[in-house]
Amino acid sequence: MSHLLEIDSLSVTFGGLHALKDLDFHVDEGEIVGVIGPNGAGKTTFFNMISGMVTPTSGDIRFEGESLVGFDPNQVTQRGIARTFQNVRLFANMTILENVMVSQHCRTKQGIWGSLLNTSGFRKEEQEIREHAEKVLGFFGSRLVGFRLEQPASVLSYANRRRLEIARAMATSPKLILLDEPVAGMNPKESVELTELIGKLRSEWGFTIVLIEHDMNVVRDVSDRVVCLDHGETLAQGSFEEVSNDPAVIEAYLGRPLEKKA
Amino acid sequence: MTLATETTGTKASNEVVRGAFDLDWRDLIRTGAILAAGLVFLSLTGMPEGLDSRVLIDPFLSLGYVSLFWLPLIVGWSVANEKVLEGMAATRKSARDVVAGGVVGAVGGAGLSLLIALISTFDIRDPLVNWNESTQAFLSFQQGTSFGIVACIALCAGLGAFGASLHLMPRKVRRAVVSALLAVVAVAIFESFLVDVADPLSFLYSKTGGLIPLWAVMVGVAALAFTLLGGGDRIGKARSNYQTLTGPAKAKQDTILIVLSVLALIIIPMITGKITQELLANVGIFLLLALGLNIVVGLAGILDLGYVAFFAVGGYTTAVLTSPNRGPDWPEWFPTMPWWGAFLVTLLMAGLVGLFIGAPVIRMRGDYLAIVTLGFGEIIRILFLSDWLNGYFNGAQGITNIPPADFGLFEVKGTDPRSVFYLVLVFAAISIYVSWRLERSRLGRAWMAVREDESVAEAMGINTVNVKLMAFVVGAVLASFAGSVFSAKVGSIFPTSFLILVSIIILVIVIVGGMGNIVGIIVGSVVLVGILGGPKQPGLLAEFSEYKLLIYGALLIWMMLQRPEGLVPNARRSRELHQDEFLQDAWLKGKVDDADENGNGAENGDVAPGLAGGAS
Amino acid sequence: MTTATRVKGAGRTNVDRFLTLLRVFLIGLIVIGLLAFIWQQIDPGNPFARWTHDGEAANRLTADQFQGLVVTGLSQGAMYGLIALGYSMVYGVLGFINFAHGEVFMVAAFTGFIMANKLDDAGYWEGGSFIPAVLFTVLICTLVATLTAVVMERVAYRPLRGSPRLIPLITSIGVSFFIQNAVILLFGPGAKSYPSNPDWLGEKRTFLQLEGTKILVIVVAAISMAGLWYFVERTKTGKAMRAVAEDKEIASLMGINVDRTIVTTFAVGGAMAGIAGILWGLLFRSVIATTGFLPGIKAFTAAVVGGVGNLGGAMAGGVSLGSAEALAPLVLLEPLGVDGVSQLRDAVAFTLLILVLLVKPTGLFGERLSSEDRA
Ligand SMILES: Nc1ncnc2c1ncn2[C@@H]1O[C@H](COP(=O)(O)OP(=O)(O)OP(=O)(O)O)[C@@H](O)[C@H]1O
Ligand SMILES: [Mg+2]
Repeated sequence: MSHLLEIDSLSVTFGGLHALKDLDFHVDEGEIVGVIGPNGAGKTTFFNMISGMVTPTSGDIRFEGESLVGFDPNQVTQRGIARTFQNVRLFANMTILENVMVSQHCRTKQGIWGSLLNTSGFRKEEQEIREHAEKVLGFFGSRLVGFRLEQPASVLSYANRRRLEIARAMATSPKLILLDEPVAGMNPKESVELTELIGKLRSEWGFTIVLIEHDMNVVRDVSDRVVCLDHGETLAQGSFEEVSNDPAVIEAYLGRPLEKKA
Repeated sequence: MTLATETTGTKASNEVVRGAFDLDWRDLIRTGAILAAGLVFLSLTGMPEGLDSRVLIDPFLSLGYVSLFWLPLIVGWSVANEKVLEGMAATRKSARDVVAGGVVGAVGGAGLSLLIALISTFDIRDPLVNWNESTQAFLSFQQGTSFGIVACIALCAGLGAFGASLHLMPRKVRRAVVSALLAVVAVAIFESFLVDVADPLSFLYSKTGGLIPLWAVMVGVAALAFTLLGGGDRIGKARSNYQTLTGPAKAKQDTILIVLSVLALIIIPMITGKITQELLANVGIFLLLALGLNIVVGLAGILDLGYVAFFAVGGYTTAVLTSPNRGPDWPEWFPTMPWWGAFLVTLLMAGLVGLFIGAPVIRMRGDYLAIVTLGFGEIIRILFLSDWLNGYFNGAQGITNIPPADFGLFEVKGTDPRSVFYLVLVFAAISIYVSWRLERSRLGRAWMAVREDESVAEAMGINTVNVKLMAFVVGAVLASFAGSVFSAKVGSIFPTSFLILVSIIILVIVIVGGMGNIVGIIVGSVVLVGILGGPKQPGLLAEFSEYKLLIYGALLIWMMLQRPEGLVPNARRSRELHQDEFLQDAWLKGKVDDADENGNGAENGDVAPGLAGGAS
Repeated sequence: MTTATRVKGAGRTNVDRFLTLLRVFLIGLIVIGLLAFIWQQIDPGNPFARWTHDGEAANRLTADQFQGLVVTGLSQGAMYGLIALGYSMVYGVLGFINFAHGEVFMVAAFTGFIMANKLDDAGYWEGGSFIPAVLFTVLICTLVATLTAVVMERVAYRPLRGSPRLIPLITSIGVSFFIQNAVILLFGPGAKSYPSNPDWLGEKRTFLQLEGTKILVIVVAAISMAGLWYFVERTKTGKAMRAVAEDKEIASLMGINVDRTIVTTFAVGGAMAGIAGILWGLLFRSVIATTGFLPGIKAFTAAVVGGVGNLGGAMAGGVSLGSAEALAPLVLLEPLGVDGVSQLRDAVAFTLLILVLLVKPTGLFGERLSSEDRA
């Protein structure tokens, strides 16, 4: 019972569509779990559910023993689960620094009075927010720091936007990070580099990670364990080798072999 | 057409030369027809004729004619104002543009001529109140219909051509001409204000009102000379210098500017007459309201159309707590207190009402929220007006006899608009400080994030409901400042002071000035309330009072279509509104970083995105 | 197997608690008001009525009065419904509230006033020629309203396609303001009266003793609604409209002219508002430049109550709103001892809007919005 995140027979339906059916899942502290599955398998929905953006029809989600069902997304984040979005959703007109600073909202507490009276507590906290933001951005080398800090996020290249999304998630000081296709749209060199960084997220920052990815190289390189979803159900679970050789998984990706058709 | 393409090659620059009559006739006629419709519409609203009594240059020019015939001038200018796309050849400005402007103007003028002719033949005064001889006489310059018919076409054509010909002048000359024209019109329009501020200036004006022609010429020449001698350039340079400043140098400049403007604001009311003081006080009250709404709309992105509710709550709370004339149903123990005590209670009350109204609406979709808050604004007014609560708020009779705000050393009351202005000034300073501090705080960043993308903000751990409520409450409290001052100023308070109209006018101020920008808000309230006037308060151009609501509406539409970021844009806000253009510009300047540090993305194809390393 | 296990109180904030309280309060008010009304109908001198009416007995509502309220509510509601259709369709297709739609209605009512007076002067507004005259007026009003809506779209909204959703809303506030004040300036600020309807129209008739004008309103509204339903559900243009409402991009890929479809939407919505305008004129026989404002907002309320984007819902929402507005003051508030209840009609309408959005934000009959507006 000491799983960090534990999911019990979770289901969700949109109209008549079963996006997730009776899903059981768990993540232990310090793990990196890969979630794979063909398009429309329900992977993003799965993340939306954990992060509170979609309410499950039935089932339970427990994080550190506490049920998350019915929580607002901000309450989930507050408890230590951060996420990125598949279709990069930055605050495009805020600067890169502000994007990361604003994500520390739930870890800071100065209110109206602090800022109006410019108290020492307020100044200290602002300073800390900024330092933490720069530290997080520094994780990606020189790409997001320096003159970039004051640029609006909208001028970033695609790859850098993905990096900034991860930085933003890191800034919420989570225990668990959910990465939705972090290397989508990156070239091989970039994705190799990011794969390494994902490893470091665990080793240096101590985050537990669940990652959705279509790029099997990435999944193979970082995951301790892989789960394959299809039509909202778990097809297979286990090490990358086990899952990738599972006939059901191959069938889900490649379709049914011809001879069975007869 | 062929001629045009032939000459292209011979030109060194990428400009096309086209013959004077090589015009896009269909476009011109269409624009002309639109202009004609606009002119006829304006004439039939009765505005030009109504403003005719206000003389600008003694016998020659009245505000009426200016308010009508600026239209062909501007349309003429814009016809020749061709948008040049990147990489396309521009047409060289030539006599052709002047002809185009003239044609458009003539078509527009023909519309007016037609109107003159029709007024003499048909009588449809029944629905159209301004379909009458005096409109006709105004349009024909009091010289008879046939003169009018010819004159309108000629004048409009001339103005259109003149507007277009501005493009042909060298930049410097153009600026000089424009500033000379504007200077003359401005000096003439602000006659009463200028005389009020500096009585000696009255030598410029004739006894019956309006500039004396000689002085009009002098003013024009002075402005012309000033611009030609580089005065405008110097101002522009100073401004751009200021804008490039950063760090301590900017802070120093800012401090100097702020100190100077505060000094000016303290001194101005001392040297002006009552009318100007009253005007300043009104501007101040609307500035307070606009600053509050700016937090809600500009910073947090919540479109609150019922903002007047908080103004009303502020006004009524102060009134109930200070006036002996409040309704008879208040219990015995209910206190009466001096203004400043009531003011503190008012703040609390406004905050509570803000929470109460905010809580149910805050989760709604933005546009639903707008309508629901509008509903709340109406409900509150209806309640103040109703028989049901008549015993508390006196219904339509309102609460009268509100005592002045007594501060020991001086009293703030309506008959002394200067004192009101100083009080408002203090509150405006507080509001500006609050907006300025909050925008740069943790809360301000959260508002920004909520404005950009609410669901992502939520996922990043921001409690959007609380954060938005906070904006609502801060806005409400700032509005109650205004309400409190308002009731002390007017001395009595009625439900009709709090129509939805007020909300809309505050919204226009915020939008015209520039959402999310404090300087913009100040400019917006000065320009709109100061010049045109508030919902009931006359502005500098008292003549406009009948027409100002139409102008507010037109201004709102025009702003949203042409310049949604407002007169003084907030950099971030304008980025939001012109995101595509911004990105394009950044791209052209090479500012957008592509995946530069890595090789070509084409390699992607080598590794199948699917099960590359595994199952196969 | 566990079913949805929302832990009691999980994730509830103070705002949630306040909202629950508000819901309970509003619904409680309705229930208590209704009970008080029923008790008062049975026994006007009952203790509760005496308590709320300062010791005196309450007034019982007669059957005639009650019927009068219902019919007024229905006819008023039918007009709200007609206007609501325009809001609903535009919201469905473009995802923004056309605040100025109420002005289209007002312009139609004004046109009706002009036409009716001109026809009356010529002697057509009575006797046997009344019906053709009204039909002709309806036609002209519909045309003018359609034209107004289309011009509005072309001038103010088309350039804003694709901008943040509050921008067109703010623009439409400007448009509304502009049209209102333009009408004041062009036609004068006072209220304008329609010529009186022929006597036979005002007579109470049929077994229910309904007033002819109100029957006319209800019948015309029903016919228009049926026509609209046929247009949207059965014709090719209607199908295109629904496709554009669902997803503009894909619709255009399917060869649908999106711009034209949007114009059609405005035109049809305008036509409905036009019919409502002339009906309004016939019913109240008076029009003023601000006539469009409150009915406009209330019609939007009706659209939300019925579920935005849902045409049947708009009509049903209109009728519910009209009835609630007519009945609630006397049936809910008066028994509770509130004075001057008829002044609170508008407040009742807005409270209903708030209640619906609190209890069932997607409206009574469900929304139909495009995928991007659903969020
Ligand atoms: N809000 C929603 N309303 C209705 N249907 C939805 C919604 N969100 C997702 N779906 C449907 O649920 C199914 C699962 O979608 P999901 O986005 O989770 O797939 P995915 O596994 O992330 O696919 P991909 O690899 O393409 O990202 C899809 O059929 C999708 O259309
Ligand atoms: Mg996905």
